[in-house]
Amino acid sequence: MLVPLVLVVVWCATTSVYRVFLPHQLPSPWQVVTTVWQLAADGELARHVAASVGRIGSGFAIGAAVAVILGILVGLSPTIEAVLDPTLQLARNVPSLAWVPFLLLWMGIDEGPKITLIAIGAFFPVYVNLVTGIRQTDRKLIEVGYVFGMTRLELVRRIILPSAQPYLWTGLRIAMGQSWLFLVAAELIASTRGLGFLLIDGQNTARPDVMLAGILVLASLGKLSDAVLRRVERRALHWTDGFAGLVGSERT
Amino acid sequence: MTVAIQVHRAVKQFAGELVLADVSLEVYPSEITCLIGPSGCGKSTLLRLISGLERDHAGHLVIDGREVTGPSRAVGFMFQEPRLLPWLTVRDNVALGLPPGQRRGAGAITARLLAQVELEDAAHALPRQLSGGMAQRVALARALAAEPKVLLLDEPFSAVDALTRITLQELLLSIWQRTRITMLLVTHDLDEALYLSDRVFVMSGGPGRLTEVLSVELPRPRDRRDPELVRRRVHLMEALHVAGVPPTPERGDRR
Repeated sequence: MLVPLVLVVVWCATTSVYRVFLPHQLPSPWQVVTTVWQLAADGELARHVAASVGRIGSGFAIGAAVAVILGILVGLSPTIEAVLDPTLQLARNVPSLAWVPFLLLWMGIDEGPKITLIAIGAFFPVYVNLVTGIRQTDRKLIEVGYVFGMTRLELVRRIILPSAQPYLWTGLRIAMGQSWLFLVAAELIASTRGLGFLLIDGQNTARPDVMLAGILVLASLGKLSDAVLRRVERRALHWTDGFAGLVGSERT
Repeated sequence: MTVAIQVHRAVKQFAGELVLADVSLEVYPSEITCLIGPSGCGKSTLLRLISGLERDHAGHLVIDGREVTGPSRAVGFMFQEPRLLPWLTVRDNVALGLPPGQRRGAGAITARLLAQVELEDAAHALPRQLSGGMAQRVALARALAAEPKVLLLDEPFSAVDALTRITLQELLLSIWQRTRITMLLVTHDLDEALYLSDRVFVMSGGPGRLTEVLSVELPRPRDRRDPELVRRRVHLMEALHVAGVPPTPERGDRR
């Protein structure tokens, strides 16, 4: 908590106290908090948050689900990998904003292109990590499956997928972060609500306090979603026996 | 007399290099046998061939009258490491060995198996919470869960300390007393081989071949200090061309 505190003090000092920045350049923390409060009070903020969270929810779920299916197929089968993976790796390097005009052309300006863009953002981290995780399965554990006469399906279900879980969770967490980045890209264009819209609206109406309010809320929601995922991850991966860092490495 | 394990003229190459050259041996039902030899002599490879984990060999491998074509539930295998699935509790790891039909109502069976290896209290522990010796006992219970006809063990106690090793050897013998399961065990420990076995197969390397079969022919329970065991130990050392200190009774007394 020390770093944010120092930042706020510096922010206060340069705006309210010494006026290094003028309010139209950088509003004071107090101004921003007041703006957030006002937006919250008249229901405006709830409307934007609800729109954005809804898009994130659908986009992340669709992107992650498709990534899990394709990741399993590619991870298990070198043939499917040879067919699909080069194309996917190519698509992975397309910048998020490059998708926007085409998605608008193909899907109109409704929710479709926004959710699709977020799904694209969520897809790749999950896909890449899951394929890696499946390929990292310890051959010694696979042999255990052989010894007990497991079928291929059992081998996948009981050994390969559980063992790939740590990678899957890493992928999901990166995907959640990506989703928020792609959300803003999606909402910057052709939208009337959402936190990305709030940013653009603040810019158009010369309200840096509104822009900062939007950034603050986006950052907090991003952090919150990661904290939730982390919690679920820790529960799902309670069996791992990894290094917990040099300090405070006692067992929990 | 029927044969539990028959290896007939097994030849195995890895990348053109001959690892096993024409090995033949037979193990009879309820017999405990050991394979010993210098490291790299192909004893683990032979064990893996018998288990069906390793293939592409020449010669015949027959278990309980059936040609080995791949891993089978009739053959239990215990690895050098416990190889427990880290995401499953001890009980679920043991249940992994159960025949597919028995997975319902597995609770009572796994409890009995865990009692056999004296780990009934650890049923809900995770592998990361176990000591090396405990983990290896879970692996033993898991191998036995499949009710194999033959149990193959690849240096199963080589990674635990000397005292734990003795406990595990006793445990293995007590399980054998109850089940009379046929065992073939790879070890580099002469004392272990002599204490456990009815017969010891001695191998030499480069390429791997069988050089001698020693019948231990001592009644169980055996005394680890028995001069007869020490005498056989000297014999094995000579067979393995182990250079060094001439063995004395004190050396035999070590355990």
